[in-house]
Amino acid sequence: MTGRIVLRGVNKTFGEHVIIPSIDLEIEAGQFVVFVGPSGCGKSTLLRLIAGLEDTTAGKIEIDGVDVSNLPPAKRGLSMVFQSYALYPHMSVRGNIGFGLKMAGMPKEAIRQKVEKAASVLNLTNYLDRKPRQLSGGQRQRVAIGRAIVREPKAFLFDEPLSNLDAALRVQMRLEIAQLHESLTTTMIYVTHDQIEAMTLADKIVVLNSGNIEQAGSPLELYHHPVNLFVAGFIGSPKMNFFAAQVRAAGAAGVTVALPGGREITVPVTAGNLRPGDKVTLGARPEHLMPAADGEILGQVAVAERLGGETYLYIRVAGQPLVVAQAAGNDTTRVHDQVTLRIEPETCHLFDTEGRALPHLVRHPLAEMRPTAPQTQPAQHAR
Amino acid sequence: MARAASLQRRTATTAAGWIVGFLIFFPILWMVLTSFKTELEAFSTPPKFLFFHWTLENFGIVQERSNYLRFAANSIILSLGSTLLGLLFAVPAAWAMAFAPGKRTKDLLLWMLSTKMMPPVGALIPIYLLFKNTGLLDTRGGLIAVEFLINLPIIVWMLFTYFKEIPGEILEAARMDGASLWKEIVYVLTPMAIPGIASTLLLNVILAWNEAFWTLNLTTTNAAPLTAFIASYSSPEGLFWAKLSAASTMAIAPILILGWFSQRQLVRGLTFGAVK
Repeated sequence: MTGRIVLRGVNKTFGEHVIIPSIDLEIEAGQFVVFVGPSGCGKSTLLRLIAGLEDTTAGKIEIDGVDVSNLPPAKRGLSMVFQSYALYPHMSVRGNIGFGLKMAGMPKEAIRQKVEKAASVLNLTNYLDRKPRQLSGGQRQRVAIGRAIVREPKAFLFDEPLSNLDAALRVQMRLEIAQLHESLTTTMIYVTHDQIEAMTLADKIVVLNSGNIEQAGSPLELYHHPVNLFVAGFIGSPKMNFFAAQVRAAGAAGVTVALPGGREITVPVTAGNLRPGDKVTLGARPEHLMPAADGEILGQVAVAERLGGETYLYIRVAGQPLVVAQAAGNDTTRVHDQVTLRIEPETCHLFDTEGRALPHLVRHPLAEMRPTAPQTQPAQHAR
Repeated sequence: MARAASLQRRTATTAAGWIVGFLIFFPILWMVLTSFKTELEAFSTPPKFLFFHWTLENFGIVQERSNYLRFAANSIILSLGSTLLGLLFAVPAAWAMAFAPGKRTKDLLLWMLSTKMMPPVGALIPIYLLFKNTGLLDTRGGLIAVEFLINLPIIVWMLFTYFKEIPGEILEAARMDGASLWKEIVYVLTPMAIPGIASTLLLNVILAWNEAFWTLNLTTTNAAPLTAFIASYSSPEGLFWAKLSAASTMAIAPILILGWFSQRQLVRGLTFGAVK
């Protein structure tokens, strides 16, 4: 299967401004990889380096073992779907989808067949003779995808393709892209700032920050075992809560820390070099904090967001930014109520003074889970 | 809430607009009307507005006396020639400035535009001497060269603003689709920029057509366009109002008609960078 992409020591500098210091990354053939990170982290730049729209300042990019670092985009065998769709406004849908094939010198009849096949897959058959300005946002996005599919590239590159769509359409297109990957099994590299898109679509998530890879792994691996504060705070919505804590004891069973307010909790992580008295950060996700009678954290509810299916309580705790706890949909806590929150030690994360996570003693069972069940028969796809 | 203009106010504004427009247009209207009068009626007092003896004799006399068609042909050749030459040079220049700008690009653009601020008379003597010594005086080639160089900054600037409107991502998509640079320009950039190129072409044809300073100073007979034609009619021999009006009407008619049909393009081209 084609579409294995390897980056070695890739560096991108504009004058004195270093966007990407040095990146090493391996993308397996057929994987759905998502580059995610805050604005300005270099994810779009990295995608454009792979596409060939920017030149690397240093480093190598290999596609299926061939060094493409000096090849123009046309020769790399990749397709890209842009955030603004970038359709050719003066061509019809048919012309847009078939343009790449025309550039490749394919005979007209073959182009017509491929374009019509792609159009039927994407429900665009009735719009083939329309111009882009006569289409809705979702239809335009489909044309952009059709233009990419029809060239049968080694890999698809998506640059924040859903950012310009409204919320409902975004959910629908997300499903379609997931199903597209399922049926085509081509490598897909997807850039987004939305961590929900990352969690739902990816086989592997690469979290970027200021041009560096903070962590790369499966969605659940990043969720349950973030390696540092940045990844822990980035993945998961609402954000993980962080508490300043102090080590009281460190042993084989875990590290005991004192929470603000004085209560202690033993977190089952490897103690490493920690000693009593060290300052650490305790992380707890909102869904792992429960309003309960004998909880370790005391505070007053400032805001209650009721979504129906669940409720998010924003609690003012002394010396902390607002703590978010997830409660049941029919929870009756009100604003200004005093609550105590119980933390489950197994679900906590501890981060040392440099922000690095201490490894858990026991890995989460789903962290190594493969997202797709193995197929019982080979995919019916002529390539 | 949008300010609702009352019917009264709107009528008053419209009437005022028409009046101002009429006042501005009046000299030209008067000139056109005069060209249809006999010489006697042309400077009769009180001046007759519409009810006079309409005649075409002036146009005939003008064409007989001085070959109008030759002057008109020169005007067309000079304005079209210089504009097309300008486009040939300006399209690649504007492409480079819009899609591959360097550190100095903005400075270069402003400098080009600043050359238009110099009074042309400052360069008259050197250029005249140059043309005299190279035998370019009164040649169409020489005039095309001058008009091309004069208008090049404007053509480059206008094309630059039109090209900047084209989203760079569309050209990148063409590159991803396998288009070479040449194919990118032919299949994607040019079709998208055609309205802009057309506006630029029109505006510069008009500017070149109306160019009087250089045409009067550098031509005598062979390459003289319509600007020289009109000038030759203001001779000290005597004022022939009707014939002069006829000659002027014939001189500006082509460009007035062109301008009428391309008004929208012109407004767009002229107000461009002003409002984004």
